[in-house]
Amino acid sequence: MAEKMTGAEMVIQALADQGVEHIFGYPGGAALPIYDAMFQQDQVQHILVRHEQGATHMAEGYARSTGKPGVVLVTSGPGATNAVTGLTDALMDSIPLVCITAQVPTTLIGTDGFQECDTVGITRSCTKHNYLVKNVNDLPRVLHEAFHIATTGRPGPVVIDIPKDIQFAVGEYYKPEIETLRHASYRPQVDGDLKAIEAAVDLMLKAERPIFYTGGGVINAGPEASENLRELAELTGFPVTSTLMGLGAFPASDPQWMGMLGMHGTYEANMAMHDCDVMINIGARFDDRITGRIDAFSPNSRKIHVDIDPSSINKIIRVDVPIVGDCNRVLEEMIRIWRSKTNQPRTEAIAPWWKQVEKWRAVGSLNFKNSDTVIKPQWAIQRLYEATKKQSKEVYITTEVGQHQMWAAQHFHFDKPNHWMTSGGLGTMGYGLPAAVGVQVAHPDALVIDIAGEASVQMTMQELSTAVQYRLPIKIFILNNERMGMVRQWQDLLHGSRYAHSYSESLPDFVKLAEAYGGKGIRCENPAELDAAIAEMLDYDGPVLFDVIVEKDENCLPMIPSGKPHNEIILPDTANLGSIIDEKGRALV
Amino acid sequence: MNAHLQPTGSAYFLTQETQQTERHTLSVLVDNEPGILARVVGLFSARGYNIESLTVSETEHGRRLSRITVVVIATPKTLVQIKLQLERLVPVHRVHDLTAEGNYVERELALIKVKGTGDHRAETLRLAEAFRAHIIDATVESFVFEVTGKPDKIDSFIALMSPLGLVEVVRTGLAAIGRGAEGM
Ligand SMILES: Cc1ncc(C[n+]2csc(CCOP(=O)(O)OP(=O)(O)O)c2C)c(N)n1
Ligand SMILES: [Mg+2]
Repeated sequence: MAEKMTGAEMVIQALADQGVEHIFGYPGGAALPIYDAMFQQDQVQHILVRHEQGATHMAEGYARSTGKPGVVLVTSGPGATNAVTGLTDALMDSIPLVCITAQVPTTLIGTDGFQECDTVGITRSCTKHNYLVKNVNDLPRVLHEAFHIATTGRPGPVVIDIPKDIQFAVGEYYKPEIETLRHASYRPQVDGDLKAIEAAVDLMLKAERPIFYTGGGVINAGPEASENLRELAELTGFPVTSTLMGLGAFPASDPQWMGMLGMHGTYEANMAMHDCDVMINIGARFDDRITGRIDAFSPNSRKIHVDIDPSSINKIIRVDVPIVGDCNRVLEEMIRIWRSKTNQPRTEAIAPWWKQVEKWRAVGSLNFKNSDTVIKPQWAIQRLYEATKKQSKEVYITTEVGQHQMWAAQHFHFDKPNHWMTSGGLGTMGYGLPAAVGVQVAHPDALVIDIAGEASVQMTMQELSTAVQYRLPIKIFILNNERMGMVRQWQDLLHGSRYAHSYSESLPDFVKLAEAYGGKGIRCENPAELDAAIAEMLDYDGPVLFDVIVEKDENCLPMIPSGKPHNEIILPDTANLGSIIDEKGRALV
Repeated sequence: MNAHLQPTGSAYFLTQETQQTERHTLSVLVDNEPGILARVVGLFSARGYNIESLTVSETEHGRRLSRITVVVIATPKTLVQIKLQLERLVPVHRVHDLTAEGNYVERELALIKVKGTGDHRAETLRLAEAFRAHIIDATVESFVFEVTGKPDKIDSFIALMSPLGLVEVVRTGLAAIGRGAEGM
């Protein structure tokens, strides 16, 4: 049943038909018809941001904490270019976004019109797909197809560029059947090949030194996938590690949990990856922060890789059993097949392996020297974690990028999926504050905390104003070391401690800044006062900017330096970082 | 190690590519919509794959489908990646590695302008006949030939014309199709 309406009205109608409740956006000349249509309805609530990059990260936080797509609306030209960072971030981390960009009228396209830019050209390589709509009658199909593409297969961002005259034009709106959308060229494979899954279970049944290496794909496959991962881990008795993106899919409180792996992962996780005989990769992609030096990566293991994106398989590491499919479906099949073959975990056969794992664990790779004169950043996170455990609310953590991000991943522990939001693939400073706003919009009663660095947080600081406007009580927990700590650490490691532009000078007074925005500011530099200050932050019903003054030159360890294999990880008691990396390693990122 | 991963300059790609590169012809069936060629070409440049030749045209007007024939030089491992990365593009229906599948025919067309008088002109015509090149334009001092064939046949014809007064060449790039009754 088609209905006559304008293109702008179609946008709103399609959002409503898709069940979208919130969109994050910023108006401008070319987007005004859509804003006008929005003004005249109340199905979709618009959150006005302060910078379009903020809108994209909010939508990412919203998406990652709900499993639903995040929706963004921006104007042409600078509105669209400001959204590019968040689109790229969403592409790298497989986050479903639909971003509507307004465009100059079709007659002006190509004339260097005011606020014209080649949005589809600019965003082609940072979206899963994009559209320029030149006929209003294409709009209903494109709008719904965009949601379909963003949310299915390997999720990602989709841009729809809509010229102003198309927003004004009148056409027939209809809601297309999913089966009529792109069925010929876009058919993600969700069911894994049964033979391959059987081969995988056979390998697992014979394993003596197995490990589950899980990633963001488990989270993207929905909460059932996390349930199934827990079940399979219990059935098999195998240890489980996860990438940064996968934290929470497996409970950190479980004895089979090994901690995060990779460049700043635990000793036990990285050693077990190196020495295992069967590696079961579920929804991770052998990223370079994980593999370390490729030719020395887990040299003696048979590798199983489950991924919904066929191009992720054998891209970097050759695997023995590739399985293309949705993590949840494949996990279900693995459980079924395992059960059909045995009802015992491999407790006895892998007992020596667990013994070895426990030895590595006993090294205590996340240990640090605490202090009673200065707040250690790791300790601050531990205290924050302890305090939030006592809260009756759901707790969601977002982060910026840098040392604080890695310390958060190491010392804040997650027992549920979708509660940890961080920029993994792109490593975008400025992600955390707006992401927290997006999470809080989706979960108004939850406790949402951005664990931040003083440098990162200034990249999207202005979204504190958004939080104040919509009464979103986000907490921004700044580990203020007056350094771009991660950069400083690399300069110590690789560049003779020449700290070129890696310290934060002329820092604002964050307490006053919070107050200027209409939020609450807290500062703490005394370890003895930290718990009380955290309690004050948690008790305050409104946005808080908490400036925690921490040890300035703490290193984030353990660390696998560039160009080194997993078993050459630097542990916390290594004194001199500067002599660890050789000439060749210095050139590496 | 994949050659195409090295330009990222990332930390761990220390090992050199050990596989030999090969020349493969891929046939890509795509929706004929604006920007499709930019998507394909953009993918090749973004990921550092080399395009030797690329031919594109709409082949089924009713279904708005185009066929892209692309010749690439890459290692076997990268060739697999190229196919999978192309298939990730939403408007791409299918990708066939014709070289890997083995049973196909390929042709290219070239327009070749040669200038000359007297003996050279006679020699040019004799060679053109041997290569079954058609004359599609002639003046008293020049010819334009149309030659169709495998790329190496065209290469040899151009090489022979070169001392005889070759002016310029235009080539279409390769078109390729599987043998037998089956379609893609
Ligand atoms: C947008 C952006 N620019 C630059 C970088 C490079 N970078 C990575 S970490 C970092 C320093 C972060 O400093 P801060 O936020 O204070 O965190 P810390 O490491 O001190 O905890 C920089 C500059 C980045 N990741 N993102
Ligand atoms: Mg800092």
